Amino acid sequence: MELDAENNSTVVIKPPISSIGIIGWMKENLFSSPFNAILTIIIVSVLWFSVIPFLKWALIDSSWLPDSNCRGTGGACWSIITSNYKIILFGFYPQHILWRPITAICILVSLLFVSRNRNYWNALLGYAWLFSLVIMGLLLKGGLVGLESVEIEKWGGIILTLLLSVFGLTAAYPMGIILALGRQSKMPVIKTFCIFYIELIRGVPLISLLFMSSVVFPLFLPEGVSINGILRAQIAIILFTAAYIAEVVRGGLQGMNKGQFEAADSIGLNYIQTMRLIILPQALKIVIPPSVSVLISAFKDTSLVVIIGLYDLLKTTQTTLSEPKWMGFSSEAYIFIALIYFVCCFFMSTYSRKLEKELNTDLK
Amino acid sequence: MNTATNNKHTQTISFWYDPDKRSILYQIGAACLFAFVAWYLVSNTMINLERQSIATGFGFLNNEAAFEIGESLIKYSAADRYAKALLVGFLNTLLVSFIGVILTVILGTFLGIARLSKNWLINRCAAGYIELFQDIPVLLQLFFWYAFFYEMLPSPKAAISPFNGLFLSNRGLIFGIPQYDPAFRYMAIALLIAAIVIFFLKKWAKKRQDLTGNAFPVLMTSIVVFIGFPFVCWVIGGMPTQMNVPVLKGFNFKGGLTISPEFSALLLGLVLYTAAFVAEVVRAGIQSVNKGQTEAAMAIGLKPGQVLNLIILPQALRVIIPPLTSQMLNLTKNSSLAVAIGYPDFVSVAGTAINQTGQAIEGVLLIMIVYLVFSLSTSAFMNWYNEKMAIIER
Repeated sequence: MELDAENNSTVVIKPPISSIGIIGWMKENLFSSPFNAILTIIIVSVLWFSVIPFLKWALIDSSWLPDSNCRGTGGACWSIITSNYKIILFGFYPQHILWRPITAICILVSLLFVSRNRNYWNALLGYAWLFSLVIMGLLLKGGLVGLESVEIEKWGGIILTLLLSVFGLTAAYPMGIILALGRQSKMPVIKTFCIFYIELIRGVPLISLLFMSSVVFPLFLPEGVSINGILRAQIAIILFTAAYIAEVVRGGLQGMNKGQFEAADSIGLNYIQTMRLIILPQALKIVIPPSVSVLISAFKDTSLVVIIGLYDLLKTTQTTLSEPKWMGFSSEAYIFIALIYFVCCFFMSTYSRKLEKELNTDLK
Repeated sequence: MNTATNNKHTQTISFWYDPDKRSILYQIGAACLFAFVAWYLVSNTMINLERQSIATGFGFLNNEAAFEIGESLIKYSAADRYAKALLVGFLNTLLVSFIGVILTVILGTFLGIARLSKNWLINRCAAGYIELFQDIPVLLQLFFWYAFFYEMLPSPKAAISPFNGLFLSNRGLIFGIPQYDPAFRYMAIALLIAAIVIFFLKKWAKKRQDLTGNAFPVLMTSIVVFIGFPFVCWVIGGMPTQMNVPVLKGFNFKGGLTISPEFSALLLGLVLYTAAFVAEVVRAGIQSVNKGQTEAAMAIGLKPGQVLNLIILPQALRVIIPPLTSQMLNLTKNSSLAVAIGYPDFVSVAGTAINQTGQAIEGVLLIMIVYLVFSLSTSAFMNWYNEKMAIIER
């Protein structure tokens, strides 16, 4: 008997064909109820009638070769990109020395890539960042060690977009931390200043600050002194981003346990030591993911400088579109730069989600 | 004796090491620095303004604006004053924000629920939409839609018309509206009265239920009242059905109501962009309600509709409303990008005024004040709401 039972148990009974494999998956995930089945069919048909014509437009009927005539083909005209990519990506940067911005961007990308891994976060990486920023500046500006000098006015396209966002965030972060500490301060005067500043900036759109930088700021300066338009926009972006960083950091500071402050006091640390050694290292760690969100929106917001006439990625595209030869191909050009923005932001947001998971130490 | 030693002890702390005195010193220093910077900037500005002979003050608001505005909710002409031009811009900002907020909440809620759907395809589509629209700058989206309306859509002569009375062309969306009739005014009043009646009906029904336990079908009655009152007015007013249908005359349409391409592009761009963020807010709100709440509600015998209305929504809304309001505020602030595609919102009108008068400081100040009023009133509402909705613990 026993032997018999053992023999029987080796017979593997397969689950019904309708609940495994692709059919089972579809049954569970697409057609679990009549309502879901109807929704699935509707969505599939909508996708069918929108994605297929789009792919036909974008890939099959399209022209890709530079300087080809694409009027009347009925498909996408990617020639606008292949013919003008230098202008769109680098603006009026002298075309014979484009290797310089390209190298600078490669350095930036590789640094960002290395910085993805939190195991490499140490002082050495900090110095590497500082050193590379100097090198990148030198590469772009030139004027030293035999490099031809390039006026800042000529920096355009993706260089300007990256410049405004990278320097904007690097300068805004320390300022935001100081504002956040000021807002938590026990000194009423300083606290009032900080609250007033943060709420004022967060209450107005960035465009009003950019207007201010382009039309009001020159009035603030003494006679004879003038500041370059890019720098003025950069200052506006820094002032704007700092207020948002301050709120993010404040969230981290409020999340700190009171015991941490008391422990620091009891071992005799002063305010600066307490903040630098105890509070900020912990608080800033908590706020890394929301900081990345601020970085993403700062990156997207740099596109607003087009309104005050700076040649960022969006403006160089519009310049290309205003040429009679390329008039009417806005969709292709905008899709191209949308793709650039999307890839950058997508990597940042994926990274932020990954970090959030890593840093989330509560076991749920 | 004890106090004496204490006194002596405090006296030994030197001035520089007393935290209280030091903090006062810091604050005086900060205030002085601020005052100095302010004085420096103001004096520079005064000198510059005088040198360039630019007028100061808000006197320019009373001057003739001398520029036309493309679309306006109130009667406006170039002969009107700057103050009126700015009012037109302000109303346009309000209009696009108001309609935008409503559409965003609807679309965002749908997307948020779709994101939680068990249907794999719907779930993925919603996730793809959210990721795509969040990661493209809103200004780029506005440019895209604007170019789309101008380049893809046909000229008025070849307008797309799915049925008579509605035309889609590169001049915008044009459709027929009912011809004005005095009865409409009474219908509007009836609608207002209906709203007031429903408000008191709801109060009375709640009181009755608290006292007797009998539920009153508030929703059904409300719908009947809300539709019935204006309908009765319409019937009494002689049932006006005449339509003001647009007709093609020359190069453009005459009659009907026109929604300009600028307005459509702005509205579409803002709604599609903000809805992606609202969807995430809604999803987080629904997920924040513990599953046990649903189970407990079902265990005490509530119907699915009641579970949603009485148990899930009140708790989810507490989580949803604060970030939702800040998204609404973002939409309002982003509506200032209208200036880039030529829709005459407040920023755009103020920008024209700055260019014409050269009074940049006053212009930018006005822009800031208007948006500050929006955001401060929103945060006042938020504080009131948070207080009202805070969990009452016993």
